[in-house]
Amino acid sequence: MSHQIENSRGLRSQLKDSVPVAGLCPQAGPYGVQDTLRRGFSSVKNELLPSHPLELSEKNFQLNQDKLNFTTLRNIQGLHAPLKLQMEYRAARQIQRLPFLPSSNLALDTLRGTDETIGFEDILNDPAQCELMGEPHIMTEYKLGLL
Amino acid sequence: VLFVSLCRNTLLEANVAKLGCSLPPARKTGTTICGVVYKDGVVLGADTRATEGMVVADKNCSKIHYISPNIYCCGAGTAADTEMTTQLISSNLELHSLSTNRLPRVATANRMLKQMLFRYQGYIGAALVLGGVDCNGPHLYSIYPHGSTDKLPYVTMGSGSLAAMAVFEDRFKPNMEEEEAKQLVRDAIAAGIFNDLGSGSNIDLCVITKGKVDYLRPHDEANKKGVREDKCRCYKHGTTGVLTKQVTTLQLEVMDESVQTMDTS
Repeated sequence: MSHQIENSRGLRSQLKDSVPVAGLCPQAGPYGVQDTLRRGFSSVKNELLPSHPLELSEKNFQLNQDKLNFTTLRNIQGLHAPLKLQMEYRAARQIQRLPFLPSSNLALDTLRGTDETIGFEDILNDPAQCELMGEPHIMTEYKLGLL
Repeated sequence: VLFVSLCRNTLLEANVAKLGCSLPPARKTGTTICGVVYKDGVVLGADTRATEGMVVADKNCSKIHYISPNIYCCGAGTAADTEMTTQLISSNLELHSLSTNRLPRVATANRMLKQMLFRYQGYIGAALVLGGVDCNGPHLYSIYPHGSTDKLPYVTMGSGSLAAMAVFEDRFKPNMEEEEAKQLVRDAIAAGIFNDLGSGSNIDLCVITKGKVDYLRPHDEANKKGVREDKCRCYKHGTTGVLTKQVTTLQLEVMDESVQTMDTS
Protein backbone atom coordinates (compact mmCIF):
# COMPACT_ATOMS: atom_id res chain seq x y z
CA MET A 1 0.00 0.00 0.00
CA SER A 2 2.78 2.43 0.89
CA HIS A 3 4.56 1.51 -2.32
CA GLN A 4 1.48 2.57 -4.24
CA ILE A 5 1.49 5.92 -2.52
CA GLU A 6 5.16 6.49 -3.30
CA ASN A 7 4.56 5.47 -6.87
CA SER A 8 1.73 7.94 -7.29
CA ARG A 9 3.84 10.75 -5.84
CA GLY A 10 6.56 10.05 -8.33
CA LEU A 11 4.01 10.03 -11.13
CA ARG A 12 2.43 13.20 -9.87
CA SER A 13 4.43 15.20 -12.33
CA GLN A 14 2.59 13.38 -15.10
CA LEU A 15 -0.86 14.28 -13.80
CA LYS A 16 -2.92 15.68 -16.57
CA ASP A 17 -3.39 19.39 -16.28
CA SER A 18 -7.11 19.29 -16.56
CA VAL A 19 -8.65 16.74 -14.22
CA PRO A 20 -12.35 16.54 -15.02
CA VAL A 21 -14.23 17.25 -11.82
CA ALA A 22 -17.73 16.67 -13.12
CA GLY A 23 -19.38 15.34 -9.98
CA LEU A 24 -18.25 12.32 -8.02
CA CYS A 25 -20.15 9.62 -9.85
CA PRO A 26 -18.42 8.26 -12.95
CA GLN A 27 -20.07 9.31 -16.23
CA ALA A 28 -23.42 7.70 -15.50
CA GLY A 29 -25.55 6.57 -18.39
CA PRO A 30 -29.35 6.49 -18.40
CA TYR A 31 -29.49 3.66 -15.85
CA GLY A 32 -27.01 5.18 -13.42
CA VAL A 33 -24.28 2.79 -14.54
CA GLN A 34 -21.21 3.37 -16.70
CA ASP A 35 -22.19 3.29 -20.35
CA THR A 36 -19.49 0.93 -21.63
CA LEU A 37 -20.87 0.69 -25.15
CA ARG A 38 -20.77 4.40 -25.82
CA ARG A 39 -17.96 5.64 -23.64
CA GLY A 40 -15.60 2.71 -23.36
CA PHE A 41 -14.08 1.09 -20.30
CA SER A 42 -13.90 3.25 -17.21
CA SER A 43 -10.97 3.35 -14.86
CA VAL A 44 -10.28 5.95 -12.20
CA LYS A 45 -6.57 5.58 -12.82
CA ASN A 46 -6.99 6.42 -16.47
CA GLU A 47 -8.81 9.63 -15.65
CA LEU A 48 -6.02 10.91 -13.43
CA LEU A 49 -2.82 9.50 -14.87
CA PRO A 50 -1.93 9.20 -18.54
CA SER A 51 -2.51 5.68 -19.80
CA HIS A 52 0.30 5.93 -22.32
CA PRO A 53 3.63 7.77 -22.13
CA LEU A 54 2.73 9.59 -25.32
CA GLU A 55 -0.74 10.67 -24.24
CA LEU A 56 0.22 14.04 -22.80
CA SER A 57 2.62 14.90 -25.56
CA GLU A 58 0.09 13.98 -28.24
CA LYS A 59 -2.71 15.90 -26.55
CA ASN A 60 -0.63 19.04 -26.53
CA PHE A 61 1.19 18.44 -29.78
CA GLN A 62 -0.66 21.02 -31.85
CA LEU A 63 -0.38 23.62 -29.09
CA ASN A 64 3.34 23.02 -28.68
CA GLN A 65 3.95 23.20 -32.41
CA ASP A 66 2.06 26.47 -32.61
CA LYS A 67 3.99 27.89 -29.66
CA LEU A 68 7.27 26.87 -31.28
CA ASN A 69 6.35 28.38 -34.62
CA PHE A 70 5.06 31.62 -33.14
CA THR A 71 8.13 32.05 -30.98
CA THR A 72 10.44 31.51 -33.94
CA LEU A 73 8.36 33.92 -36.03
CA ARG A 74 8.48 36.50 -33.27
CA ASN A 75 12.25 36.20 -33.02
CA ILE A 76 12.71 36.58 -36.75
CA GLN A 77 10.07 39.11 -37.77
CA GLY A 78 9.02 40.86 -34.60
CA LEU A 79 5.94 40.73 -32.40
CA HIS A 80 3.44 41.82 -35.05
CA ALA A 81 3.82 38.66 -37.11
CA PRO A 82 2.50 36.12 -34.58
CA LEU A 83 -0.12 38.59 -33.38
CA LYS A 84 -1.53 39.03 -36.87
CA LEU A 85 -1.52 35.30 -37.47
CA GLN A 86 -3.25 34.56 -34.17
CA MET A 87 -5.90 37.12 -35.01
CA GLU A 88 -6.49 35.38 -38.32
CA TYR A 89 -6.70 32.01 -36.58
CA ARG A 90 -9.28 33.34 -34.17
CA ALA A 91 -11.37 34.73 -36.99
CA ALA A 92 -11.16 31.49 -38.98
CA ARG A 93 -12.06 29.39 -35.95
CA GLN A 94 -15.35 31.24 -35.65
CA ILE A 95 -16.56 30.10 -39.06
CA GLN A 96 -18.59 27.08 -38.06
CA ARG A 97 -21.79 25.39 -39.09
CA LEU A 98 -24.65 24.71 -36.67
CA PRO A 99 -23.35 23.06 -33.51
CA PHE A 100 -24.56 19.53 -34.22
CA LEU A 101 -23.15 19.40 -37.78
CA PRO A 102 -19.49 18.72 -38.60
CA SER A 103 -17.67 21.75 -39.99
CA SER A 104 -15.06 21.53 -42.69
CA ASN A 105 -12.81 24.18 -41.08
CA LEU A 106 -11.47 25.00 -44.52
CA ALA A 107 -10.20 28.47 -43.66
CA LEU A 108 -8.45 27.20 -40.55
CA ASP A 109 -6.89 24.33 -42.51
CA THR A 110 -5.62 26.67 -45.18
CA LEU A 111 -4.05 28.98 -42.60
CA ARG A 112 -2.42 26.08 -40.82
CA GLY A 113 -1.23 24.45 -44.03
CA THR A 114 -2.96 21.18 -43.15
CA ASP A 115 -5.03 21.33 -46.35
CA GLU A 116 -1.93 20.01 -48.13
CA THR A 117 -0.99 17.30 -45.64
CA ILE A 118 -2.55 14.04 -44.54
CA GLY A 119 -2.12 12.89 -40.97
CA PHE A 120 -3.62 10.22 -38.75
CA GLU A 121 -6.41 12.58 -37.74
CA ASP A 122 -7.65 12.59 -41.35
CA ILE A 123 -7.83 8.82 -41.58
CA LEU A 124 -8.73 7.68 -38.08
CA ASN A 125 -11.55 9.11 -35.96
CA ASP A 126 -12.81 11.40 -38.70
CA PRO A 127 -15.50 13.57 -37.03
CA ALA A 128 -17.57 13.40 -40.23
CA GLN A 129 -17.85 9.61 -39.70
CA CYS A 130 -18.84 9.84 -36.04
CA GLU A 131 -21.74 7.57 -35.04
CA LEU A 132 -23.05 9.92 -32.39
CA MET A 133 -24.83 13.17 -33.04
CA GLY A 134 -25.96 15.68 -30.51
CA GLU A 135 -29.64 16.49 -30.15
CA PRO A 136 -30.05 19.38 -32.67
CA HIS A 137 -32.65 21.50 -30.84
CA ILE A 138 -30.96 21.38 -27.46
CA MET A 139 -27.54 22.12 -28.91
CA THR A 140 -28.71 25.17 -30.86
CA GLU A 141 -30.63 26.46 -27.85
CA TYR A 142 -27.52 26.05 -25.70
CA LYS A 143 -25.40 27.88 -28.25
CA LEU A 144 -27.87 30.75 -28.53
CA GLY A 145 -28.06 30.98 -24.75
CA LEU A 146 -31.75 30.17 -24.56
CA LEU A 147 -31.25 27.11 -22.41
CA VAL B 1 -11.19 9.85 -26.89
CA LEU B 2 -7.43 9.63 -27.32
CA PHE B 3 -5.92 6.30 -26.37
CA VAL B 4 -9.28 4.65 -25.70
CA SER B 5 -8.16 1.45 -27.41
CA LEU B 6 -5.20 1.37 -25.07
CA CYS B 7 -7.51 1.15 -22.03
CA ARG B 8 -9.37 -1.68 -23.69
CA ASN B 9 -6.14 -3.48 -24.59
CA THR B 10 -4.68 -3.21 -21.08
CA LEU B 11 -7.93 -4.57 -19.66
CA LEU B 12 -7.88 -7.45 -22.11
CA GLU B 13 -4.25 -8.21 -21.37
CA ALA B 14 -4.96 -8.27 -17.64
CA ASN B 15 -7.84 -10.73 -18.09
CA VAL B 16 -6.31 -12.92 -20.76
CA ALA B 17 -4.78 -15.33 -18.26
CA LYS B 18 -8.24 -16.03 -16.83
CA LEU B 19 -9.60 -16.73 -20.28
CA GLY B 20 -6.86 -19.21 -21.03
CA CYS B 21 -5.90 -17.85 -24.44
CA SER B 22 -3.20 -15.52 -25.64
CA LEU B 23 -3.29 -12.25 -27.51
CA PRO B 24 -2.23 -12.45 -31.15
CA PRO B 25 1.36 -11.24 -31.60
CA ALA B 26 1.95 -8.37 -33.99
CA ARG B 27 3.00 -9.41 -37.45
CA LYS B 28 6.61 -8.36 -37.88
CA THR B 29 8.91 -8.46 -40.82
CA GLY B 30 11.99 -9.97 -39.16
CA THR B 31 13.84 -9.02 -42.21
CA THR B 32 16.88 -8.34 -44.21
CA ILE B 33 16.70 -5.11 -46.15
CA CYS B 34 19.59 -3.25 -47.68
CA GLY B 35 20.52 -0.62 -50.20
CA VAL B 36 23.56 0.42 -52.16
CA VAL B 37 24.47 3.53 -54.16
CA TYR B 38 26.18 2.75 -57.45
CA LYS B 39 27.31 4.77 -60.43
CA ASP B 40 23.93 5.75 -61.92
CA GLY B 41 21.54 5.32 -59.00
CA VAL B 42 20.56 3.09 -56.09
CA VAL B 43 19.74 -0.58 -55.74
CA LEU B 44 17.37 -1.58 -52.92
CA GLY B 45 16.95 -5.19 -51.87
CA ALA B 46 14.66 -7.08 -49.49
CA ASP B 47 13.69 -10.63 -48.59
CA THR B 48 10.00 -11.64 -48.60
CA ARG B 49 9.19 -13.36 -45.32
CA ALA B 50 6.70 -11.94 -42.76
CA THR B 51 6.60 -13.60 -39.33
CA GLU B 52 4.01 -13.67 -36.54
CA GLY B 53 5.96 -14.76 -33.50
CA MET B 54 7.55 -18.04 -34.46
CA VAL B 55 5.30 -18.70 -37.46
CA VAL B 56 5.79 -17.50 -41.02
CA ALA B 57 2.71 -15.41 -41.77
CA ASP B 58 3.46 -14.54 -45.38
CA LYS B 59 5.92 -16.39 -47.58
CA ASN B 60 5.94 -13.76 -50.28
CA CYS B 61 5.24 -10.31 -48.91
CA SER B 62 6.41 -7.16 -50.60
CA LYS B 63 8.72 -5.05 -48.46
CA ILE B 64 9.80 -2.47 -50.99
CA HIS B 65 7.18 0.25 -50.83
CA TYR B 66 6.46 2.98 -53.33
CA ILE B 67 6.95 6.51 -52.08
CA SER B 68 7.10 8.45 -55.33
CA PRO B 69 8.04 7.64 -58.94
CA ASN B 70 11.70 8.20 -58.15
CA ILE B 71 11.82 7.15 -54.50
CA TYR B 72 11.25 3.71 -52.98
CA CYS B 73 11.49 2.58 -49.35
CA CYS B 74 12.20 -0.83 -47.79
CA GLY B 75 10.61 -1.43 -44.40
CA ALA B 76 11.59 -3.63 -41.45
CA GLY B 77 9.86 -3.95 -38.07
CA THR B 78 6.12 -4.16 -37.47
CA ALA B 79 4.55 -4.80 -40.88
CA ALA B 80 1.51 -2.58 -40.33
CA ASP B 81 3.67 0.30 -39.12
CA THR B 82 5.98 0.23 -42.13
CA GLU B 83 3.06 -0.14 -44.54
CA MET B 84 1.00 2.72 -43.10
CA THR B 85 3.95 5.02 -42.52
CA THR B 86 5.20 4.70 -46.07
CA GLN B 87 1.71 5.20 -47.46
CA LEU B 88 1.19 8.31 -45.34
CA ILE B 89 4.52 9.80 -46.38
CA SER B 90 3.85 8.85 -50.00
CA SER B 91 0.53 10.75 -49.94
CA ASN B 92 2.06 13.76 -48.25
CA LEU B 93 4.94 13.79 -50.71
CA GLU B 94 2.55 13.61 -53.64
CA LEU B 95 0.59 16.61 -52.34
CA HIS B 96 3.84 18.44 -51.69
CA SER B 97 5.17 17.77 -55.17
CA LEU B 98 1.88 18.93 -56.72
CA SER B 99 2.16 22.08 -54.67
CA THR B 100 5.79 22.78 -55.60
CA ASN B 101 5.39 21.43 -59.17
CA ARG B 102 8.71 19.56 -58.96
CA LEU B 103 9.88 15.99 -58.64
CA PRO B 104 10.17 15.23 -54.91
CA ARG B 105 13.59 14.91 -53.32
CA VAL B 106 14.78 12.03 -51.18
CA ALA B 107 15.82 14.45 -48.44
CA THR B 108 12.19 15.66 -48.18
CA ALA B 109 10.90 12.13 -47.70
CA ASN B 110 13.64 11.52 -45.16
CA ARG B 111 12.75 14.62 -43.17
CA MET B 112 9.03 13.84 -43.18
CA LEU B 113 9.69 10.30 -42.00
CA LYS B 114 12.11 11.26 -39.25
CA GLN B 115 9.86 14.00 -37.91
CA MET B 116 6.92 11.65 -37.73
CA LEU B 117 8.87 8.81 -36.13
CA PHE B 118 10.41 11.14 -33.56
CA ARG B 119 7.02 12.54 -32.68
CA TYR B 120 5.88 9.04 -31.71
CA GLN B 121 9.10 8.34 -29.79
CA GLY B 122 9.79 4.90 -31.25
CA TYR B 123 6.31 3.48 -30.58
CA ILE B 124 5.88 3.19 -34.34
CA GLY B 125 8.18 0.22 -34.99
CA ALA B 126 9.34 1.05 -38.47
CA ALA B 127 12.99 0.76 -39.51
CA LEU B 128 13.33 1.95 -43.09
CA VAL B 129 15.84 2.07 -45.89
CA LEU B 130 14.93 4.98 -48.15
CA GLY B 131 16.53 5.34 -51.55
CA GLY B 132 15.95 7.31 -54.70
CA VAL B 133 17.32 9.51 -57.44
CA ASP B 134 16.41 13.17 -57.65
CA CYS B 135 17.82 16.33 -59.21
CA ASN B 136 20.87 16.16 -56.93
CA GLY B 137 21.78 12.58 -57.78
CA PRO B 138 21.26 9.23 -56.04
CA HIS B 139 20.67 9.23 -52.27
CA LEU B 140 20.33 6.47 -49.67
CA TYR B 141 19.13 6.93 -46.10
CA SER B 142 18.52 4.55 -43.22
CA ILE B 143 15.85 5.59 -40.72
CA TYR B 144 15.54 4.06 -37.25
CA PRO B 145 12.26 3.71 -35.32
CA HIS B 146 13.14 6.49 -32.88
CA GLY B 147 13.73 8.98 -35.64
CA SER B 148 17.49 9.07 -36.23
CA THR B 149 18.70 8.87 -39.81
CA ASP B 150 21.98 8.15 -41.55
CA LYS B 151 22.97 9.10 -45.06
CA LEU B 152 25.40 6.47 -46.32
CA PRO B 153 26.55 4.74 -49.53
CA TYR B 154 25.41 1.33 -48.27
CA VAL B 155 22.96 0.44 -45.47
CA THR B 156 21.28 -2.63 -44.05
CA MET B 157 18.39 -2.96 -41.58
CA GLY B 158 16.36 -5.71 -39.95
CA SER B 159 17.22 -8.87 -38.05
CA GLY B 160 19.46 -10.08 -40.87
CA SER B 161 21.28 -6.77 -41.14
CA LEU B 162 24.50 -8.06 -39.65
CA ALA B 163 24.80 -10.88 -42.17
CA ALA B 164 24.06 -8.49 -45.02
CA MET B 165 26.44 -5.85 -43.70
CA ALA B 166 29.23 -8.44 -43.55
CA VAL B 167 28.82 -8.99 -47.30
CA PHE B 168 28.76 -5.25 -47.97
CA GLU B 169 31.81 -4.53 -45.88
CA ASP B 170 33.71 -7.20 -47.78
CA ARG B 171 32.77 -6.32 -51.34
CA PHE B 172 31.47 -2.77 -51.59
CA LYS B 173 33.30 -0.39 -53.93
CA PRO B 174 32.24 3.17 -54.82
CA ASN B 175 30.90 3.74 -58.38
CA MET B 176 30.09 0.15 -59.22
CA GLU B 177 28.37 -0.90 -62.43
CA GLU B 178 24.70 -1.90 -62.37
CA GLU B 179 25.19 -5.66 -62.72
CA GLU B 180 27.87 -5.67 -60.05
CA ALA B 181 25.65 -3.68 -57.67
CA LYS B 182 22.67 -5.98 -58.27
CA GLN B 183 24.83 -9.04 -57.64
CA LEU B 184 26.18 -7.50 -54.43
CA VAL B 185 22.71 -6.69 -53.08
CA ARG B 186 21.45 -10.14 -54.07
CA ASP B 187 24.32 -11.76 -52.21
CA ALA B 188 23.78 -9.60 -49.13
CA ILE B 189 20.08 -10.49 -48.95
CA ALA B 190 20.92 -14.15 -49.56
CA ALA B 191 23.34 -14.01 -46.62
CA GLY B 192 20.49 -12.67 -44.48
CA ILE B 193 18.06 -15.31 -45.77
CA PHE B 194 20.33 -18.26 -45.11
CA ASN B 195 21.79 -17.11 -41.81
CA ASP B 196 18.81 -15.46 -40.09
CA LEU B 197 15.59 -17.20 -39.10
CA GLY B 198 13.50 -14.09 -39.46
CA SER B 199 14.29 -13.69 -43.15
CA GLY B 200 13.54 -16.09 -45.96
CA SER B 201 11.90 -16.92 -49.27
CA ASN B 202 12.70 -14.80 -52.28
CA ILE B 203 14.88 -11.79 -52.99
CA ASP B 204 13.25 -8.64 -54.34
CA LEU B 205 15.32 -5.93 -55.96
CA CYS B 206 14.50 -2.39 -56.96
CA VAL B 207 16.93 -0.56 -59.24
CA ILE B 208 16.31 3.21 -59.38
CA THR B 209 18.07 5.38 -61.92
CA LYS B 210 17.36 8.82 -63.27
CA GLY B 211 14.07 8.45 -65.10
CA LYS B 212 13.71 4.66 -64.78
CA VAL B 213 12.75 2.22 -62.01
CA ASP B 214 13.16 -1.56 -62.30
CA TYR B 215 11.06 -3.33 -59.71
CA LEU B 216 12.30 -6.93 -59.92
CA ARG B 217 9.92 -9.07 -57.93
CA PRO B 218 11.11 -11.76 -57.55
CA HIS B 219 14.63 -11.26 -58.67
CA ASP B 220 15.81 -14.56 -57.27
CA GLU B 221 13.84 -17.41 -55.77
CA ALA B 222 16.38 -18.53 -53.22
CA ASN B 223 13.99 -20.83 -51.35
CA LYS B 224 11.72 -22.75 -53.68
CA LYS B 225 9.02 -24.78 -52.00
CA GLY B 226 9.51 -28.48 -52.78
CA VAL B 227 7.24 -30.14 -55.34
CA ARG B 228 5.09 -32.88 -53.82
CA GLU B 229 5.57 -36.31 -55.35
CA ASP B 230 2.21 -37.52 -56.53
CA LYS B 231 1.82 -40.90 -54.84
CA CYS B 232 -1.57 -41.51 -56.40
CA ARG B 233 -0.19 -41.34 -59.89
CA CYS B 234 1.86 -44.53 -59.48
CA TYR B 235 -1.21 -46.58 -60.41
CA LYS B 236 -2.61 -45.75 -63.81
CA HIS B 237 -6.31 -45.90 -64.64
CA GLY B 238 -7.21 -49.45 -65.64
CA THR B 239 -4.68 -51.14 -63.35
CA THR B 240 -7.52 -52.94 -61.60
CA GLY B 241 -9.93 -54.66 -63.98
CA VAL B 242 -13.69 -53.95 -63.50
CA LEU B 243 -15.65 -57.25 -63.34
CA THR B 244 -19.27 -56.22 -62.55
CA LYS B 245 -21.16 -52.96 -62.05
CA GLN B 246 -24.41 -52.54 -60.08
CA VAL B 247 -26.25 -49.20 -59.58
CA THR B 248 -28.80 -48.83 -56.73
CA THR B 249 -30.82 -45.60 -56.55
CA LEU B 250 -31.77 -44.33 -53.11
CA GLN B 251 -35.54 -43.96 -52.64
CA LEU B 252 -36.18 -40.57 -51.05
CA GLU B 253 -39.74 -39.41 -50.43
CA VAL B 254 -40.65 -35.77 -49.92
CA MET B 255 -42.44 -35.78 -46.54
CA ASP B 256 -43.25 -32.16 -45.89
CA GLU B 257 -42.69 -28.86 -47.64
CA SER B 258 -43.11 -25.58 -45.79
CA VAL B 259 -42.26 -22.02 -46.79
CA GLN B 260 -41.23 -19.44 -44.18
CA THR B 261 -41.19 -15.86 -45.42
CA MET B 262 -38.44 -13.56 -44.13
CA ASP B 263 -39.55 -10.49 -42.28
CA THR B 264 -38.00 -7.79 -44.47
CA SER B 265 -40.09 -4.87 -43.16
